[in-house]
This record gives sequence, C-alpha cells and structure tokens, in this order.
Amino acid sequence: MEDNVGYKILYKKELCQNQYEIRIKAPFITKNAQAGQFIILRVDKNSERIPLTIADYNRETEELTIVYMAVGYTTKKLSKLGVGDEIEDIVGPLGVPTHIEKYGTVVCLAGGYGAAPCYLIAKAFKDAGNKVYMIMGARNKDLIFWQDKMKNACSELFITTDDGSLGTKGFVTGVLSDIMAKEKVDYAIAVGPMPMMKAVADLTRDKGIKTEASMNPIMVDGTGMCGACRVTVGGEVKFACVDGPDFDAHKIDFDEVINRTRIYKDQEKRCDETNCNMIKQAVELENSMK
Amino acid sequence: MSKVERQRPFEQDEVKRRSNFNPVEENLTPEQAALEASRCLNCKNPLCRKGCPVSVNIPSFIQKVKEGDIQGAGEIIRESNMLPSVCGRVCPQERQCESKCVLGIKGDSVAIGALERYVGDNSAPVKTQIKENGKKVAIVGSGCAGMSAAADLRNAGFEVSVFEALHELGGVLRYGIPPFRLPRTVLDREIESLKEIGVKFYKNVIVGKSITLNQLKEEGYDAIFICSGAGLPKMLGVAGENLNGVYSANEFLTRVNLMHANEPDTPTPLKVGNRAAIIGGGNVAMDAARTAVRVGYKEVYIVYRRTEEELPARKEEIRHAKEEGIIFKLLHSPVEILGKDGFVNGIKLEVMELGEPDESGRRRPVPTGKFDTMDVDAVIVSLGTGPNPIIQQSATKEHIDIETDKKGYIIINENGETSVKDIYAGGDVAPRGESTAINAMGAGKTAAKAIIEALCTAKV
Repeated sequence: MEDNVGYKILYKKELCQNQYEIRIKAPFITKNAQAGQFIILRVDKNSERIPLTIADYNRETEELTIVYMAVGYTTKKLSKLGVGDEIEDIVGPLGVPTHIEKYGTVVCLAGGYGAAPCYLIAKAFKDAGNKVYMIMGARNKDLIFWQDKMKNACSELFITTDDGSLGTKGFVTGVLSDIMAKEKVDYAIAVGPMPMMKAVADLTRDKGIKTEASMNPIMVDGTGMCGACRVTVGGEVKFACVDGPDFDAHKIDFDEVINRTRIYKDQEKRCDETNCNMIKQAVELENSMK
Repeated sequence: MSKVERQRPFEQDEVKRRSNFNPVEENLTPEQAALEASRCLNCKNPLCRKGCPVSVNIPSFIQKVKEGDIQGAGEIIRESNMLPSVCGRVCPQERQCESKCVLGIKGDSVAIGALERYVGDNSAPVKTQIKENGKKVAIVGSGCAGMSAAADLRNAGFEVSVFEALHELGGVLRYGIPPFRLPRTVLDREIESLKEIGVKFYKNVIVGKSITLNQLKEEGYDAIFICSGAGLPKMLGVAGENLNGVYSANEFLTRVNLMHANEPDTPTPLKVGNRAAIIGGGNVAMDAARTAVRVGYKEVYIVYRRTEEELPARKEEIRHAKEEGIIFKLLHSPVEILGKDGFVNGIKLEVMELGEPDESGRRRPVPTGKFDTMDVDAVIVSLGTGPNPIIQQSATKEHIDIETDKKGYIIINENGETSVKDIYAGGDVAPRGESTAINAMGAGKTAAKAIIEALCTAKV
C-alpha cells in the first residue's frame, strides 16, 4: 500500500464546451468502486469539497475517470489543471452503489452532464442480463459526448436535443413515453438536473414502474457526519451521501431538494459572479421546464 | 499553610474575542505555574489520580513543576497521556481530576488542567528507541482514541497505519472543537510528534468504502482498532427541519473549523444572518453558539429544555458563552421550525417545566402547553450524535459479525475487544457514558494494551 501520493492527472480531454473528462491515479477509489458511487474532491489546499460521480474506473491500472462541467469557481479551477498536475484530495468511493438486478427492461435516462455516470449504470444493468435502453438528452448536439461508449453500454441508445440538432427533438421524457407506449418497462433510473428527474418520476408513477433518481444535493464531507445533503424520501429524512445517492423517485420530495440547492446562491454569486454553479443550475432548470 | 490563591490564566478581553478565533485563555505564566504547583499538598493517597480517566500521576508531575523541571513533568504526564496540551484544554476537569482534589473541599482545587496544559506546551516528547516487532496494526480514525492507540502501539514496536476519512487529521479536535478552545498549532504539533516516531497516516481513506476490513487483513494487518467516533448527527424530527438555514452543529462547525468558511477568499460558503438559535446544551452547543457569534451573528441563543443546573456543558464554557453575549433560553423545547420562501424565519418553542427525575437522575422536562415564537434566520441542531454506520454496513457485507447494540454502537469487552478476533474498538464508536477526549484516549490505551498482549505475548 502506498502512502498518500497525491492524485496525478493522467489524461484530460475537453469532451464538449466546458465539459471535461479527466483520468486520475487513485488506488483507494478504484479498488472498490461500483456504478452509481461518487467521490469528493478538493482541488488544492484552498478549495471547497465538491462531489462528482464516478464515470468510469479501471481496477488494474488504478485509474479513475470523472467528467465534470466547468461552471462554478471550483470546477473552473479544476479545469485549469492539466496532465501531470495533482489534485489535492480525492476520497471515495462514496454512497451506496446503484442496486443492480435483473429486472427485464431497464431505461437509463441521462440528462446533461448527468450522462457520464449513466455509462457505468447502464453497463452494469446490461451485464446483469437486462435489456437496457439509454436516453441521453442535452440542449444541443454540441453537448452530446461519449456516443460510442454509451452505445456499447446499452442495448439501444436514443439521443434527444432540445433544439433537434441531433436525434429526437425534445426532452428525454418524450422518448421514455414512446418506449412505455410500445413495451413494458420494468425499471427506470434517471440521472440529471432535478426537474428532469422529477419529470421522469411523474411519468412512471401511474404505471407503477420502479424508478430511481440519483440525487445531487449540496454536500460537505460526504461521509454522513453533517446532514447537509439531507433529502426527504417517503416522509423520512435521509442523508444522500450515505443512504443514497439513489432513492425511489416516486417518494422523493423534489421541491424540497430543489429549494435546498438554493441555500448559497448569493454566496456563490459572490464567489464567482459571472459563471457560478448555481446560475448554471438555474439556467438548466429553466431550460428543462420550458 | 500558604494562602496562595488558585492561579487564573489570562483571558482575552470579552468584547474583542467576539470577533476572533484566537484562544480565549492564555497559558499560565512560569510564575503562575510555580505558584499554582506550590498549592498541591502532594497527598499520599492522591484522589485526583482516581478522577483522571487515564490515571496521570498528577502529584508527581506537579512536584516536578515545583522544582522547575518542566521537561521532567512532561515525561511523567506522557507515561499515561500522550496529548497533554490537548487534554489540559478540553477535559472537563471540574468533573474529573479537579473534582477529587482535597483542596476543593474547602476552597479551590488545584488547577490541574491549566498545569497540564502548561507542561504539555513547554516540554517535548521523549524519543525512545523503538524495537520493531514486525507486526502491523490498522487504526480506523485519527481522533483522540486513534492517536493515543497509535502512540502506544508504535512505541511497542508495531508498524502503525492510521486511516482517516477527511482530508485533515484529528477527528473532532479538527472539525468540531473550535480554535478558540484548542489552537491548531497545538493539535498539529501533537500529530507531528506521532509522525516523528513513525506512525503512518493515510488521509482520504474511508475504511469500509476505500478499503474494507478483509482487504486490510489481506494487506497483512495483524489487528484492527476501530475508533471512528460518533459523527452521525441526530436531528430534531420536527416540521420545517429541512428548511434552508437549519444546520446540524456538525455541519456548521465543519464548515468553519475544517473548511474555514468564515475566512475571506475561502470558497466553502457560509450564510450568516442576524439571529441564530442553537438547540441543545452540551459542549458542542456552546462551541456552535460561540462560533456563531464570531462569524457575525448579531444575536445568538442557546435553547435548552431544562434549566441551567442541568446544562451538560463545561461550567467554564458556559461562563465564556455568557461573557460573549450568548442568551440562554432555558426551559424551552422546539416544536416547529418556521419558514418563508424555503428559508428559516422563526422557531416555535414549547415552554417546559421540571418534573420528577428521570433515569439520568436529572429532572425531566415536562411540556406546559404554552408556546412561544422567536424570529431567527438560522437553527443549529446540537442534540448529540450516533455512530456512523459505514464500517458496520461494510463488515456485514463481508460477513464479519461485529456485534453492535440497538443504537449501532460496537460492543466491546473491558479490553476493547469486539466479538471478532483481532478487531478492537473504542472511543465514541462504542457504547459510552460521557464522551470526552480523555475517555477516548483512555479507550485507545486500553485497546493498545490488549493488542500488545494478544500479539506479543501469545507467541513464545
């Protein structure tokens, strides 16, 4: 076992505008990582802790892949690092892995930069013998990435764009409705902006399709010691970092979760006036509700 | 008999300290320390030792202070307690060593805590030649229990690895207890002294997630000591608890102490409003309240359902809190948190009165049916914590049957052994009475002793 050696960036690629893929040597994370889990990262000594989902991993090479959007102060700081640079702290794998079993027909819905974590999830469901549909949605074609990788992870890949510049015009929920009209869906999982996950839950609720959503509330430690990430599920308070991040989407109090992501809006604005994370989320929220 | 009065360390001005995180209490001056040491009667049957959870040889070290041999005094303390600078500051001495001091019967007991702190700060650990024994121990958690076990095990020749989930070491001493009670230079120095004797620290490793108990065994660890503390906050369970502006004390203190959210140019945000209500009456509640004052809340309340008599916090911290302008709203219990547009704007409290004593021996608060509402923009919940379930969940998955009680605390025997061979536990992760730094240190020592006996004497 090596001593803490720092977390060196081995590979970096701009996948599309403001979205980056990086690979990092992180033996303590790749050892036990599974689909649906996340890490907490601190870019440098003067950095906050931010959660990012594990997009891929390789146990042999001990390489961890994460995909992130450079939108706020910290992710922008991260995007300034290049191959050979070191990230100060990464801890994980955190959270409960996505529960994988053979349901039959599974639909994975990936919205915006929520797409990356869906890769491992879809792959795990496929490996477990499910028929896996993946629906990837974005504002326009320039924001769609990993098409080939995603195609390999599922049985059939659908792409939707809000402006119709690639795939079907519209939201992921449109394609989900089409699939539900044609065949029986046994399980759905949504990863993306809150309003998108909420819309998916509303669509599957009446049909009684078991649906999970991967929550992304504000986190600090990510290990269950503070409760910043609390979410009400079926009337009970849960900590997304240790009880989730996946929860029964039909039981999540989405309005409360969305409200809780607004806590530091003013502070974040001050931290990064022009391009903060919360502004981005607000934009995403507006777009997806249009 | 000399009529020397108990020496009081210099305290920072009560108004000035409301806006800084510098230590409230200075150390005793050398003159004060000598005078204070001269008060000790050097009892033949020193009761003070019985009050100390790790039985520091108190009269002996005080004799050394009297003689002016501070290094010698430090050596005596460190035979039982590796972290005198920490314990001298955070122990509730009025309930431990100092409560048993015979001088306390008629007057003021000897200021044992202040003397221990003075000695700790002004002496260095002795470097002994460590004879490697070729065995490895993994310690889960770098808090008080972990640090004391690490010291004893390393000195006994073990290769010791401490695994810490956070990006900084020290556990509660780092993220919980604020620097105005425990300066970080003191904490850093104690950790550094462990590194100097060869204890290895791995930050950002969560045992149970990053590496499991079985994987630790595969890595060749002969024994594992679990001291992951009790970090899972208890929430109120009343309506409005998830409104923006409601924090666990852990979150609030972690943002400030670990992430320095109060300092300019730190990206971790902190929202500071006008009035904060802290729910609870323990040391953590006092720390949260006093921190709230320092980050800029204009009015800070301690809301507690019993009376001042029953407040579990240290007397000294309660005095400090009052001096700093914190308002005690006693005999009140929250029933609902009120909000507007998703943010907290008030709290509804029920007025309580005291009834018959309960199983803890304290008089039970009884609801009166009368209510009271306060305007606040932050509610900080400090009702205690429970053990974090991560390690237990992971152990269960690996079919390692570590017995826990109903609340999830790991059950141990008097030697710190769990139900699983070679796995030990101690500190706040085990069922506890009063959870203090020194009790955790005692638990670390107990487990270290048991590990040394099990692994070094069994094999002949």
